Amino acid sequence: MPKRFHQFLSIVMLCMAAKALALTPEHAKAIAMGESDSRIEALRASVAAADEKTVQFIQALSDDAVKVVAGKPVIVKDDKAIDPVSGTETAVPDTAEDVMNNNRMRGELDTALASLKLLSPDAAVRRGAVKTLQGEVDESKLPLIDKAFAHETVPDIRDRLGLLRAAALLSSADKTKRLEAANLLAESSLAATKTLLIERLQTEGDAQVKAALQFSLSRVEARLAWGDRLGAIFSGISLGSILLLVALGLAITYGLMGVINMAHGELMMIGAYATYVVQGLFQKYLPGAFDWYLPASVPVAFMASALVGAALERSVIRFLYGRPLETLLATWGISLMLMQGVRTLFGAQNVGVENPSWMSGGVQVMGNLSLPYNRLVIVGFAFAVLAGVAFLIGKTRLGLFVRGVTQNRPIASCMGVNTARIDTYAFALGSGIAGLAGCALSQVGNVGPDLGQGYIVDSFMVVVLGGVGQLAGTVYAALGLGILNKFLEGWTGAVLAKIAVLVFIIIFIQKRPQGIFAMKGRSAEA
Amino acid sequence: MSVAPGRPQASSHRSPQGEGISMSTTLTLPSKAPLLTRTCWGAWLVALIVLCVLAPVLNLWVPAGSVFHMSDFAVALMAKIMCYAICALAMDLIWGYTGILSLGHGLFFALGGYAMGMYLMRQIGTDGNYKSKLPDFMVFLDWKTLPWHWTFSDSFAATLFLVVAVPGLVAFVFGYFAFRSRIKGVYFSIITQAMTFAAMLLFFRNETGFGGNNGFTDFKRILNIPIATPSMRMALFVLTSITLLLFFLLGRWLVTAKFGRVLQAVRDAETRVMFSGYNPIGYKLTIWTISAMMCGVAGALYVPQVGIINPSEMSPANSIEIAIWAAVGGRATLLGPIVGAFIVNGAKSWLTIAYPEFWLYFLGALFIGVTLYLPDGVVGLVKKLKGGTK
Repeated sequence: MPKRFHQFLSIVMLCMAAKALALTPEHAKAIAMGESDSRIEALRASVAAADEKTVQFIQALSDDAVKVVAGKPVIVKDDKAIDPVSGTETAVPDTAEDVMNNNRMRGELDTALASLKLLSPDAAVRRGAVKTLQGEVDESKLPLIDKAFAHETVPDIRDRLGLLRAAALLSSADKTKRLEAANLLAESSLAATKTLLIERLQTEGDAQVKAALQFSLSRVEARLAWGDRLGAIFSGISLGSILLLVALGLAITYGLMGVINMAHGELMMIGAYATYVVQGLFQKYLPGAFDWYLPASVPVAFMASALVGAALERSVIRFLYGRPLETLLATWGISLMLMQGVRTLFGAQNVGVENPSWMSGGVQVMGNLSLPYNRLVIVGFAFAVLAGVAFLIGKTRLGLFVRGVTQNRPIASCMGVNTARIDTYAFALGSGIAGLAGCALSQVGNVGPDLGQGYIVDSFMVVVLGGVGQLAGTVYAALGLGILNKFLEGWTGAVLAKIAVLVFIIIFIQKRPQGIFAMKGRSAEA
Repeated sequence: MSVAPGRPQASSHRSPQGEGISMSTTLTLPSKAPLLTRTCWGAWLVALIVLCVLAPVLNLWVPAGSVFHMSDFAVALMAKIMCYAICALAMDLIWGYTGILSLGHGLFFALGGYAMGMYLMRQIGTDGNYKSKLPDFMVFLDWKTLPWHWTFSDSFAATLFLVVAVPGLVAFVFGYFAFRSRIKGVYFSIITQAMTFAAMLLFFRNETGFGGNNGFTDFKRILNIPIATPSMRMALFVLTSITLLLFFLLGRWLVTAKFGRVLQAVRDAETRVMFSGYNPIGYKLTIWTISAMMCGVAGALYVPQVGIINPSEMSPANSIEIAIWAAVGGRATLLGPIVGAFIVNGAKSWLTIAYPEFWLYFLGALFIGVTLYLPDGVVGLVKKLKGGTK
């Protein structure tokens, strides 16, 4: 912090050199002492014409580093009392009293600092300052904002500053200024503008301004609604792609092989923990290449889960083929043991998996819509995995064998296919894909022993809805459920949306027990 | 519901185990098995006397220092396990005898529990933390009146009705649609799991008026009698024992009747039952609803003894555990689920205290071991061992 503070000081000095009004002892006293109302007034007055000492003083106030000695405020730094005006250093006497700042005062101090930061040469600092000031501006900040607006060169900050300026103008006593502000604000796509306009509408007396405000409000609302809608579609696709990843593995183990694998979620958890372990190894041995840990952990997660899956198939599941209800119970038991095993190995707490730096941040599409990179990467990853699975099942020899064995085991066996081995491979493949899903989930959610539990109901819903034995059905069901869920969330909130989706699936299954894409057949056994 | 009337029942192709029906092709009606054999009646009466006379005497009148004293902890644990045993019995009727694995029985248990819990919350009266006539959590949420579904919660008679009716109705509606569309096997299991999961999410909400994630607790009295006294605990214990024993008889009556035979036929070859002129929907729906009602009663007995009900009772894990009780004891026997509930929960209460980290390993191993090596459960194993020594 001190380093940044010094940087900041030098910046402010540069900006202010031209128009430095010295901080007087009276000013400092008025800001630091007395009733909140009078202090705030003094603070506002000094911000409009600040020099570097004022900035220093306000920063110190905000850091709780100001004490009062003999009726005079001093800045305390390294056990030295520094006079804010003259800069002379003295020892801190025992009689020094703290300056108390209540929350209102603190807010004012922050706003004051933010408005001063508007002039920083660092674009990131300016962007932050604009964000802090949103919804906090009034006419008193106008000179500073005007000045910053005139100097600003980065387009998006300039746009935001323009809005800030309009927002400040909106509380002006001058009607024409208010009108101008109302018209300017129509171009905004920020949620804060909407609140601002609504607030102003309630207090506005002039009919003309009121009409302008109303018009701007409808424009802003329309734009925000579009952003919301697109945002819902995107988060729906994002949720859908996660469901797709989770359900793809199940589509193989359950859909093709008919094995109810309740431990599927735990295989995902293993994939997530594998990612965590790879991350740890990179941190320890390859800190320079840390950003590459995620691509490296993809195959590791796949292999870890696939091996566990193969072991499960060989040791338990193969004895239960044709007895789905027993498989369900046995795999539930497996899931309990895996969860407890992870608890024993890694502890019951969630572990931290960081995003690599290239995955943090996002694309700002609209004022209220930004697409985070990690979500975009997962959407892409899900479709890549889907393509891989489709290729593997549809075009390779292994896929041919898997399809053959699931369609007609005795005939496949007669043709020389080692059906037992194909079962193991197919189950390991399904488990490995669960591991990939876990690897992806580690980037967007918590990684803990309970990771899989939250997804198991959803993923079975996807497979059941999509129709057993169908990859295409799984894709449509996953994306459809994801988008449906997110749209309902907009109306009803997350929990009710989830309930609504579950009820929808239950009703849908009544109508089409075979899912969206039914396998055609004449069996009396539905 | 249309059982072809007047048609003699052909002896089923696969004979239900334990019943001596010949494999003849003539249309002889199998002779009806007695409800219980004389030895079984004897054992049943002994159980009744032990639970309803001996246990109260040992708990209430034998002094605490004596070796014969039954501790309050033991009473509470036994009562709790007997509630679980009722659930296991209900699960066995639908799973063991009809072949329908429900992963949603925890919901019916909790619904019965909630119906009773509402009554117990109203019984607190103005003794709650906020001294209000409304339950504490409603005061906390700043509600002024009771929500509509609490209308009858102050009447004990209405509560008794709701304890049976609510799970029964939910099960009937759900089952009607599910069985009508011929959803069966694993599909049915997964959908029941989704049902209880959805209900859990719903009950976690504060605005549904069921106390959110805290549920109901802090009960003071039942029927205006203080709930936390030794005699009240014993009364509930005896009530639970009698319920369990009566439900055992009910189950026995159901499965020995023609109704029960059709159920077992549905389990073994549903298509064949349909082609023989039976409509299985009515049978499945009836046993499904009865099973849910039994679970509701178990829940209603459980809540006053344990003193809390919250939505985690509806979590899918709890419902699956009910299935493992039945499986451990032995499916398609009525004694099995009761034995299984005692074995698993006894082990649970011991392990979670002695070796807490091993409990889940044990439970997991139990799931795997029973399905792989003990398809007939402990009761089946004992029968087999007995058969071997003969």
